[in-house]
Amino acid sequence: MGFKTPLYETHVAAGARMVDFGGWDMPVHYGSQIEEHHAVRRDAGMFDVSHMLIADVSGARARDYLRYLLANDVAKLKDPGKALYSCMLNERGGVVDDLITYFGDAEHFRVVVNAGTRDKDTAWLKRWAESFKVDIQPRTDLAMVAVQGPNARAKAAKVIGTSAAAVLGMKPFFSKQLDRHFVATTGYTGEDGWEIILPATEIAAFWAALRDAGVQQCGLGARDTLRLEAGMNLYGNDMDENLTPLESGITWTVAFDPPERDFIGRAALEAQRKAGVPRKLVGLVLEDRGVLRSHQKVVVPGVGEGEMTSGTFSPTLERSIGFARVPAATGEQVQVDIRGKLLAARVVKYPFVRNGKALI
Amino acid sequence: MSSIPSNLKYLDSHEWARVESDGTVTIGISDHAQGALGDLVFVEVPEVGRALTKGGAAAVVESVKAASDVYSPLSGEVIANNSNALSATPELVNSDPYGQGWLFKVKPSNSSELGSLLDAKAYEKVVEEAGH
Repeated sequence: MGFKTPLYETHVAAGARMVDFGGWDMPVHYGSQIEEHHAVRRDAGMFDVSHMLIADVSGARARDYLRYLLANDVAKLKDPGKALYSCMLNERGGVVDDLITYFGDAEHFRVVVNAGTRDKDTAWLKRWAESFKVDIQPRTDLAMVAVQGPNARAKAAKVIGTSAAAVLGMKPFFSKQLDRHFVATTGYTGEDGWEIILPATEIAAFWAALRDAGVQQCGLGARDTLRLEAGMNLYGNDMDENLTPLESGITWTVAFDPPERDFIGRAALEAQRKAGVPRKLVGLVLEDRGVLRSHQKVVVPGVGEGEMTSGTFSPTLERSIGFARVPAATGEQVQVDIRGKLLAARVVKYPFVRNGKALI
Repeated sequence: MSSIPSNLKYLDSHEWARVESDGTVTIGISDHAQGALGDLVFVEVPEVGRALTKGGAAAVVESVKAASDVYSPLSGEVIANNSNALSATPELVNSDPYGQGWLFKVKPSNSSELGSLLDAKAYEKVVEEAGH
């Protein structure tokens, strides 16, 4: 038996197919993964993301602490509520986890980390907390729902009530604490929408009200196809402790400036950058018929070999897309070994889909 | 509860086989299997003329989530496949697994193999146990 979110009974009662995800019993779909995917692209869908860990970081040196712990620089956060996507790295530059940091003020931040890594992350956060005298408070009293899609704000606002007026026009990658709801314009789908945190005891009623307001309940299956179309990495698939952000398509999340800021892993990244990054993460579209999957071998004629890190059938594009880690010299054409056949795939810039529109 | 027609034979790996009046056998995957796989997006069926052996991998069905092998319930030669319909609309396997979602037909080379297949009652037990 795995861990259960406060919505576990709700999912089972709704007929969800439950699977193990990083030690948690989570819904993979409630009937049709493809319909759930389309609901998010075209209307509004919601995901139980209470398995992720919310932790509050506070202390006089909280900002300094996060500037040392994260590869991106929280000094960029000037406006209250602003959010930042970053990796935290080990000393070798490998990715311990990726996370979102919400800025309260210089002494108060909130971080949200992945479910499968929550114990490791908690230990890592606490390991460095002592010397900065910051307090790490895991908020297991809270739960989180992501409401995503072009109509997500309008539908969720009706459920939240009058206090939602303060966040209806909030810009992307911001957050605001309302009376009861902490609302953030972040997500993992490439659509507009909110991630909403509220007391765990209130989440089931909130979920039911969203469903009554016409928000489609969606499982982790649709979450995976949506994030892949949106060109977002999945921790454990597309990056891990033995790979740096530079090899994982997320160099943009590393703040090398200002040069005097030291952060864990900086020396390793600079050495790698100087020596030349040997591999890169690319987006692929399969030109032949079939489905790209993680761990398939990628052949780059005249260059070498690589491996698929994520792959799926894209419901929006109606063809197979994926990410592959390939030699740095890889050009535009590769082949993917699918059950012994070498099929043609094209390297493309991603995201593949954004705000409901195909970009490839 | 998934549908398990009583006029078909089954494998415990969730394939069904239907003996036609001319002695050929039509093969597909069960309602339970399509439900467990979820929305199918790609089906690879064996080419006509290919010789299959009982229990050997014959076809591949892929849902959004994963790929699964389909095993042949019988030895024999493939005399037809449903690639015309399934290459454009693999979801027929979801909507009509025992009808328009059939995968391939074989001419059995050893009809005694039919006796080793499960009947609907025995297969229902397999499905029930898989649910626990």
